[in-house]
Amino acid sequence: MATFKEFRNNVKPNWCPGCGDFSIQAAIQRAAANVGLEPENLAVISGIGCSGRISGYINAYGFHGIHGRVLPIAQGVKLANREMTVIASGGDGDGFAIGMGHTVHAIRRNLNVTYIVMDNQIYGLTKGQTSPRSAEGFKTKSTPEGSIESTLSPLEIALSAGATFVAQSFSSDLKQLTSLIEQGIKHEGFSLINVFSPCVTFNKINTYDWFKENIVNLEQFPDYDPTNRVLAMNKIMETNGMLTGLIYQNTTRKSYEDLVTGFKQEGLAKQDIMITPDQFDKLVAEFK
Amino acid sequence: MISQLSWKIGGQQGEGVESTDRIFSTALNRLGYYLYGYRHFSSRIKGGHTNNKIRISTKPIRAISDDLDILVAFDQESIDLNAKELRVGGVVVADAKFNPTIPEGIDARLFSVPITAMAEELGTSLMKNMVASGASWALLGLPLEVFNKAVEEEFGRKGAAIVEKNIEAVKRGAEFVLEQAGGPLDEFKLDAADGKQKLFMIGNEAIGLGSIAAGCRLMAAYPITPASEIMEYLIKKLPKFGGTVVQTEDEIAAVTMAIGANYAGVRTMTASAGPGLSLMMEAIGLAGMTETPLVIVNTQRGGPSTGLPTKQEQSDLNAMVYGTHGEIPKIVIAPASIEDCFYDTIESFNLAEQYQVPVILMTDLQLSLGKQSCEPLDYNKIEIKRGKLVQNVPALEGHDLFKRYELTEDGVSPRVLPGEKGGLHHVTGVEHDEVGRPSENAVNRQNMMDKRLNKLNDMYIRDAIRVDAPHETPDLLIIGMGSTGGTIDEARTLLSLGGISTNHITIRQIHPFPTKLLLPYLQKAKQVIVIENNATAQLASQIKMHAGFAEKIESLLKYDGNPFLPSDVHKACKELSLDGNVQRV
Repeated sequence: MATFKEFRNNVKPNWCPGCGDFSIQAAIQRAAANVGLEPENLAVISGIGCSGRISGYINAYGFHGIHGRVLPIAQGVKLANREMTVIASGGDGDGFAIGMGHTVHAIRRNLNVTYIVMDNQIYGLTKGQTSPRSAEGFKTKSTPEGSIESTLSPLEIALSAGATFVAQSFSSDLKQLTSLIEQGIKHEGFSLINVFSPCVTFNKINTYDWFKENIVNLEQFPDYDPTNRVLAMNKIMETNGMLTGLIYQNTTRKSYEDLVTGFKQEGLAKQDIMITPDQFDKLVAEFK
Repeated sequence: MISQLSWKIGGQQGEGVESTDRIFSTALNRLGYYLYGYRHFSSRIKGGHTNNKIRISTKPIRAISDDLDILVAFDQESIDLNAKELRVGGVVVADAKFNPTIPEGIDARLFSVPITAMAEELGTSLMKNMVASGASWALLGLPLEVFNKAVEEEFGRKGAAIVEKNIEAVKRGAEFVLEQAGGPLDEFKLDAADGKQKLFMIGNEAIGLGSIAAGCRLMAAYPITPASEIMEYLIKKLPKFGGTVVQTEDEIAAVTMAIGANYAGVRTMTASAGPGLSLMMEAIGLAGMTETPLVIVNTQRGGPSTGLPTKQEQSDLNAMVYGTHGEIPKIVIAPASIEDCFYDTIESFNLAEQYQVPVILMTDLQLSLGKQSCEPLDYNKIEIKRGKLVQNVPALEGHDLFKRYELTEDGVSPRVLPGEKGGLHHVTGVEHDEVGRPSENAVNRQNMMDKRLNKLNDMYIRDAIRVDAPHETPDLLIIGMGSTGGTIDEARTLLSLGGISTNHITIRQIHPFPTKLLLPYLQKAKQVIVIENNATAQLASQIKMHAGFAEKIESLLKYDGNPFLPSDVHKACKELSLDGNVQRV
């Protein structure tokens, strides 16, 4: 069985020293090892942005796509070979701005893909513009007077869109994050894990200290029931979206793959593709 | 006795025009006639004039006709709009309900049949299409039992009572009109067909069938006219082959999902039309850059923007050839017949994997939706070629990665699928090195660009150009693409009667442009006319740019939403040959 070291490669990430993304990378590597994966059975699909580079930093099959389209690519991989474990990851701009349409529909579709959003509330790679996750009044290069748009709540959106697994974590809490990624991988369906990942270069407001002060860990509420959707929505609103932990999980809804008529457990990519003369004749006969 | 005739049914959209056409043509197909259909419809569900025209022949036909022999009309508008097509002595079968009249100056025979009244007598006006088609079938003197069989198939699942009522409606329509006409009309008596039932389908169905034969097991697509039938066909069929169709949230999701699935090893396609193709452009670049096989069908319709969504055009050629930023290898194939739609789909999947490039299969609305007879499709011609797809590769040492982008002689690198132990590598749309890691090294950049762009050097598809060149030095070389070939050939017959010799080349490989193959024919022709359904002569521009001869290349363009008629082509070619000019159609 592979250890987390086997999910490491020799590429030095081009993230800024202190970037939250380092811990997320480590958490993915640990979680992959903890659930018993081998590198060749994991595909990490990533979007564009600082965070998008992550697929190149994990020793596994990696696909670095185009901005905002990480989820359709990841779903394509899963449909083609459901025996692969598919992790999709990208930033808050990638998933909640340009890719928001895909995020909502991937949630609805509920393919067995784990989506890890590295949420730093800013556009880092383009050097500091506002993101849908930026707070109102947040001053950036593109909002010199402060952002005048409301902050998007991906957790509320996910719940409304029918999500079967919603979690949130903080890159400094490696233990919780690793555990949530493991749970996400094991979850039979789409899992959204939003991770606060401070940008030390362009976001001087939402810093490590700021998160430590503002985060509400669900562990504080021993009675919290993550299978209760109404409670989950209330909790998100009560904490202004600053809660961490497993927020909601629905284990009764089947994954998309399990609902597709005639879809086999064996990866489609492994199945024979040549049709037989008999099958061909039957198809052709319908046009007579 | 005649060898061919044209029949048209017109009415308001949603009035049964489609189903009447379907039953009428199914019955003719049973008798072994060759058929070629044309649908005139609007982008709405109900209301608005719509008509379907079928050309019926004892010999293969691949074009709509200029004229019309029989018009079945559910309203006066259908007569007013279509009567000008009627040939002298043509027939109109119309509903007596609206007191039909033949417009002045049209020499046609009117049969006013109480179509709605008879249908209502049988319980529902819905059956008026059966009364009308029964009447027109009877005028042709064709065996009623064959028609009734087709009715049975159409309504069988609704129960015996419904079938019987419909057959009764057919009978009443037939009897009424035969009494009026004094029996079947001699001038419409068709020669017997060969009795061999042909395949009868639309291009989109041939593409769907071809994709299953090619081993395509996933499709990701967003509904759009005139592409949706491909998706609808595969939704019905793919589950039987272990696959499925995903209706995505948009075309960007469709194409990127297809890229993900192809990367992971399943032959996957998407299909769309102009607006969807525009949305896919960035992702096509990703497929080119990451050398991921991809098949996209683009069923062209009238553009730009929403344009003429239900009309014929061939105006996406530039978008398909040039449309993505940067420079990538890409193949664009234009099937020119219903049979091509089938075989080219298979070839597209093969080429996509052999060259690890995006392949766009471009049809046009008439080819995609015109229902027509199809020659038998040959199972033995189905070949699956997966190029340099490798399996069971040796284990990797240390931090080594598989050289997925290895620099090779032909530019094509070995490809492994996720899941393979020794195959770990990285894929990125960022410029990358041989194992797929981002690299901005200038030497690597040039090597990788050359590797990708040289893959398609001297690549020719089957019949990259289809040549019909009976003359060494013809008066005219006619060049076309897509669905126009049959129309061009009919015009050539007329031209040859007028003493004008013509050769005909259909360009099927649009990109990379088959310059070398085309050059000898351009050299020998006295004049060249390029015929295409767009306003800016996109195909002619490709020819001039790649092969030259601008001084002798003229264009015949049509962009009013309708396919070319044989008379359009005949007139333009005659004028060019005699006066050296072409007027726009």
